[in-house]
Amino acid sequence: MCYIGQHLAELLGREPRKPDNEEIAPQAQEIHFYKKGQVFDAKAAAEEHQRLKSNKWRNIRWATLLAVNLLFVLSYSLDIQLLEGALTASRFAGFHMADLNSALQVMLAFKEVLINLLIGTVTVFILWFFLGGRTFCSWVCPYHLVAELAEKLHLKLVEKKIIKGIDFHRGTRTAFYVIFAVLTLASGYTVFESVSPTGILSRAIIYGPGLALIWVGVLLLFEVVASRRAWCRYVCPIGMTYGFVGAASPLRIRYNLVNCQHEGECRKVCLVPHVLDTVIKGRARDVEVPIGADCTRCGLCVDVCPSGSLRYEFKFGGGARVTATEQP
Amino acid sequence: MSKKDKPTEMLPVSRKRAQQARRRFLRSVALTVGVVGMAALGYMPVARGWKPRLRPPGALLEQEFLAACIKCGQCVQVCPVEAIFLDDLDQGFGVGAPYIHARDQACDFSCDGLQCVLACPTGALTHEISYPHEVDIGIARLDRPDKCLALLGKGFKGKVRGPEFTGKFRYIEVDRWNPVAVRSQDFDREVCDLCVVHCPIEIRADQCEAGKPPSGDPNQCPPKRAIGLEPVDSGDGMARFMPVVYDGCVGCGACEMVCPTEPAAIVIDMASVLKS
Repeated sequence: MCYIGQHLAELLGREPRKPDNEEIAPQAQEIHFYKKGQVFDAKAAAEEHQRLKSNKWRNIRWATLLAVNLLFVLSYSLDIQLLEGALTASRFAGFHMADLNSALQVMLAFKEVLINLLIGTVTVFILWFFLGGRTFCSWVCPYHLVAELAEKLHLKLVEKKIIKGIDFHRGTRTAFYVIFAVLTLASGYTVFESVSPTGILSRAIIYGPGLALIWVGVLLLFEVVASRRAWCRYVCPIGMTYGFVGAASPLRIRYNLVNCQHEGECRKVCLVPHVLDTVIKGRARDVEVPIGADCTRCGLCVDVCPSGSLRYEFKFGGGARVTATEQP
Repeated sequence: MSKKDKPTEMLPVSRKRAQQARRRFLRSVALTVGVVGMAALGYMPVARGWKPRLRPPGALLEQEFLAACIKCGQCVQVCPVEAIFLDDLDQGFGVGAPYIHARDQACDFSCDGLQCVLACPTGALTHEISYPHEVDIGIARLDRPDKCLALLGKGFKGKVRGPEFTGKFRYIEVDRWNPVAVRSQDFDREVCDLCVVHCPIEIRADQCEAGKPPSGDPNQCPPKRAIGLEPVDSGDGMARFMPVVYDGCVGCGACEMVCPTEPAAIVIDMASVLKS
């Protein structure tokens, strides 16, 4: 089975599972075999994390996210006309851009597609195909940034045992995707847009705050006190759309099994830890594994990995690989 | 998926895990119901038409407009008189959709080319129109005849709507291209005709009659008049005039914006909303 198929199934909500032996490439099997006996020195690993701690990618990402959103604000407030509109649809230097999910909603509700919308949609499709996965989420979406801070708060509260976080089935997002699409098609209203914190926040930043921010506040509060990153993980169809578009992207995080100590820090910081299931001892199907479609390419795992086992990679192909069983 | 998956999935799981899975499932259903319920609440304001809105020039009928609008605000950004604002949460599915509040700032067509229409990426503002007289925002209506100065036989002297009023208008005799604050103008009319002299359709029609169509483009000439003062004989010997709205009215709201009475004697009806 190809990796892309697995990645898409995981995007839709399937839990990752431990691969059978024959699904693992012989070289990887060998490494797993030698690692089996290794004793994990937690203290040494913690020290190494302390020594090599970096915020490089997080800082670059935050700067990018702020820059994009600031460009929207300045284009309007100073009338520099570089990036007009909001995240749902915009014009970059005069060229149309349309958020794929917003465009999809309009197409489903209006049932007619204007050429400008098509141009914007194709442009954005190509852009995010190359940037991959859910890059939009962690590098552009303003809700991601505030939710990232809410997440930190949530984890602190959990650590102090003040609250106990709850989770949902990841398939819930798939259910939402279908429900919103059907509601939009049936009602003729862009139903999701009225609760989308991405659109609401983007407009609030550019055009000034309004009542709609209360809804964003409610979501953040829910994420702080009840469920870690609930909106991005279990609800948002925008992420899902981009997940599909970027599934076969050349830009991704690549996992290398050789030096990995399997101490699991990367999974602790990851917004979508199921994509990092492969780093669990004995699970990698190959020596090098590209991380899946649900990955937001946020780079938190790259920053936290002391052994360099997780890196950014730009490479065409290699996503679909034949596993050991299917080889002649 | 290989056939080997099945047996592993069917292995008996402990009761505790089954219970956890069931709870998680129920939680997920509750989350779905909650969020979809919140989204569905958006239907209430639009269905009941709590506050019918004036939409920007070229807007499709309300239902289609809300379907086609991608809520990006590009129309807001290009409007020279900043007449367009975006709806908030109280408008349900309309959240983020553009509207005009004519009393505060009407559309005065000072952009000539209907820039909001050109800026719209989805056709929610139809690209099938190119000239102000093709617009159908609504239609003016003399709402409070008892307030109308012309009908009372009164003139108007001074600043329209006081020194604090922020509304803008493009006065051709002041600046051909840039709208100026209405409050910067001093008026002295024997009979109040502010609604007529501020009507962009009337201004264009007058220009055309004088042989000087706007931008030298005869296509800019409105085929019909929009508003005029007609004498009214009430038998008391007083010269009274009534603003009469004609077929050429596009509902831009300039008359409502400049009407010096409080509240405005003339207002815009949301013709397009009523039609749908």
